[in-house]
Amino acid sequence: MSFPWAREYTPTNDFMKFMDEKLPLPRLVYNAVGAGYPVPRNLSYMWNFGVLAGFFLVVQIVTGVVLAMHYAANADVAFATTEHIMRDVNWGWLMRYAHANGASFFFIVVYLHIFRGFFYSSYKAPREMIWLLGVVLFLLMMATAFMGYVLPWGQMSFWGAKVITGLFGAIPVVGEPIQIWLLGGFAPDNAALNRFFSLHFLLPFVIAGVVILHIWALHIPGSSNPTGVEVKKESDTLPFHPYYTAKDGFGLGVVLIAFMAFVFFMPNALGHPDNYIEANSLSTPALIVPEWYFYPFYAILRAFTFDFILPAKLWGVLAMFSSILVWFILPWLDRSPVRSGHYRPMFRKFFWFGLIPCMAALFYLGGAHAEEPYIMLSQIATAYYFLHFLVILPIVSSIEKPEPLPFSITEAVLGEDEDAQLGASGPASA
Amino acid sequence: MIRIIAFLVGMGFASVALISLFAGIGPAFSTLSEEGKFVAPTAEHEFHESPKEVSFKHDGLGGNWDLAQLQRGYQVYREVCSSCHSMKFVAYRDLAQLGYNEAEVKALAAENQVPGIDPDTGEAIMRPGRPTDNFPSPYPNKVAAAAANNNAVPPDLSLMTKARTDGTAYVYSLLTGYNDSTTYEKDGKSLKAEFPEFSTPAGLHFNPYFANLNLAMAAPLTTTGQVTYADGTDASIDQMAQDVAAFMTWTAEPSLIERKRTGWPVLGFLLFATILAYFSKKQIWAATKPKKAK
Repeated sequence: MSFPWAREYTPTNDFMKFMDEKLPLPRLVYNAVGAGYPVPRNLSYMWNFGVLAGFFLVVQIVTGVVLAMHYAANADVAFATTEHIMRDVNWGWLMRYAHANGASFFFIVVYLHIFRGFFYSSYKAPREMIWLLGVVLFLLMMATAFMGYVLPWGQMSFWGAKVITGLFGAIPVVGEPIQIWLLGGFAPDNAALNRFFSLHFLLPFVIAGVVILHIWALHIPGSSNPTGVEVKKESDTLPFHPYYTAKDGFGLGVVLIAFMAFVFFMPNALGHPDNYIEANSLSTPALIVPEWYFYPFYAILRAFTFDFILPAKLWGVLAMFSSILVWFILPWLDRSPVRSGHYRPMFRKFFWFGLIPCMAALFYLGGAHAEEPYIMLSQIATAYYFLHFLVILPIVSSIEKPEPLPFSITEAVLGEDEDAQLGASGPASA
Repeated sequence: MIRIIAFLVGMGFASVALISLFAGIGPAFSTLSEEGKFVAPTAEHEFHESPKEVSFKHDGLGGNWDLAQLQRGYQVYREVCSSCHSMKFVAYRDLAQLGYNEAEVKALAAENQVPGIDPDTGEAIMRPGRPTDNFPSPYPNKVAAAAANNNAVPPDLSLMTKARTDGTAYVYSLLTGYNDSTTYEKDGKSLKAEFPEFSTPAGLHFNPYFANLNLAMAAPLTTTGQVTYADGTDASIDQMAQDVAAFMTWTAEPSLIERKRTGWPVLGFLLFATILAYFSKKQIWAATKPKKAK
């Protein structure tokens, strides 16, 4: 579906006419990211991160496929073949550093994309399906990134795999058999490494498939926008191309500069030194931590230290998985008729002074040693995290009085809208 | 309905997190009141030192290898470290990068015997190394390495400077940081006075730059002139430690300089492209901006 004023694709030469008749791929592209897709004219740079996430997915697939040509998923040689890539393969170091830092940047842009969604309640009707698919994408990304980190078979790879698969052992009765089944043994070894490699190669293509669904679902209602007021007419929109291709192009340049600065000048800054030590099942690292992008969830996992009815470990596992699963029901928890945080005074305060500091704390605490005062702080942050989404958000969205919305996107951008003048009653406009 | 369930789940997780908090708050604050800190201080925590400040020619955003220093560092590795530590990811052919010519690389490789196969009989033999061989390991396997070293396997050094935080400075600091635990002081506080029960067990060696302060390796660089540098550089302990730390930076990342040199044109191009993208965006959007004062 599209807006009635969306431009129609008209092939200009015989070849394109032929293509349009037999396989209308150019038409598809034109309607998806070309001039045939009308987009709200007021999107801020916060709306760049979806395209950027797509870009990093491509970076990861391209560099990953090249790396897979030189890597061997065998516990005896995995570490050595990683070093082979770094030393002997032409530009292998570039491929590997781009892949490792590409994962971090993929998560950076996706986190910004998600938090854009939180602030502007992009999850609300009519965009629930886009949001649900987005949460699925995030879960797939996490699984893929986790398994990718295991592949170099360094110390953190091995112990990370052991800790994370060990979480399944917390499930009563069936936990331990599930853990052994997942790993193909009692501890991470060749069987686990091989299946992780296989899945790490497969899942990005599953992600690409879900991304197509995500974009398809987006094109039904069209993009959201910073006012949260739906598109009413043609003057509210601009064609995606050239307006947003140009805007995304600039955003891409800025992010690429940051990405390349990491790849060429501090490629190991986001990694852990222990992963340059070959996996050793007999030597436990002083501090086992996942990659930085899992820190908030790792902090939630470790926050539960008391056996209240259930074992603490099981509470931690349940809370960690629930912390993402709650995102699935957000569209039905937030009942405010207003979308944008700009017009929701109470919601906005809880976002900036509650959720953001809470997430910042969890990011920090997930990488900290499991000692006081970090444990206490992560317990407070964890409690707030669940209260924010499951208790505060539903209540605030019911009781707050939103600020007045602009009549239309046109009015928000231009300061006035002729249709609004006509529709308004006499005294108010006088 | 969904909001009632969500409310209960949210309150549930928050309560259990807070129950965990209150269960831990007593012990935490009793430690705080006794020790003045949340965590009871340990010698490892209080007396561990961060790596010393030391600078190298390859540091920073530019820089280049100091080839003479790398060659000296290789000599220190060859004559001192290699008797216990392997460097299995480095090949003799890589030494060409340090400025050795082909004949020198061949000669350096041939100095060592590596396991091979007799081409006539197929028997396992030892043969002189070739440039395509990796550096041989001093021990045939881990068990032999452990047996010869009081059960502490000497780690492979290929990647050591990337496997420690601030690795190059760490290696330098460790090699020059051996000390006596009975007289050691940090910031005016004596280790012996603060932790009377702290001791260095027999067979271990005190070094505040090592994570748990006691290290299995004895100080490897002990006397000035332990190696004789061909280029006439004075082989002080500090000089040898710097040289071998620089060499290990190269073994950990032979592409370091190439990487940084490639980075600049990449960033330059991107900066140029981004500026162009900015102005083209501005131009394309100019017509859509609200016109001021009709």
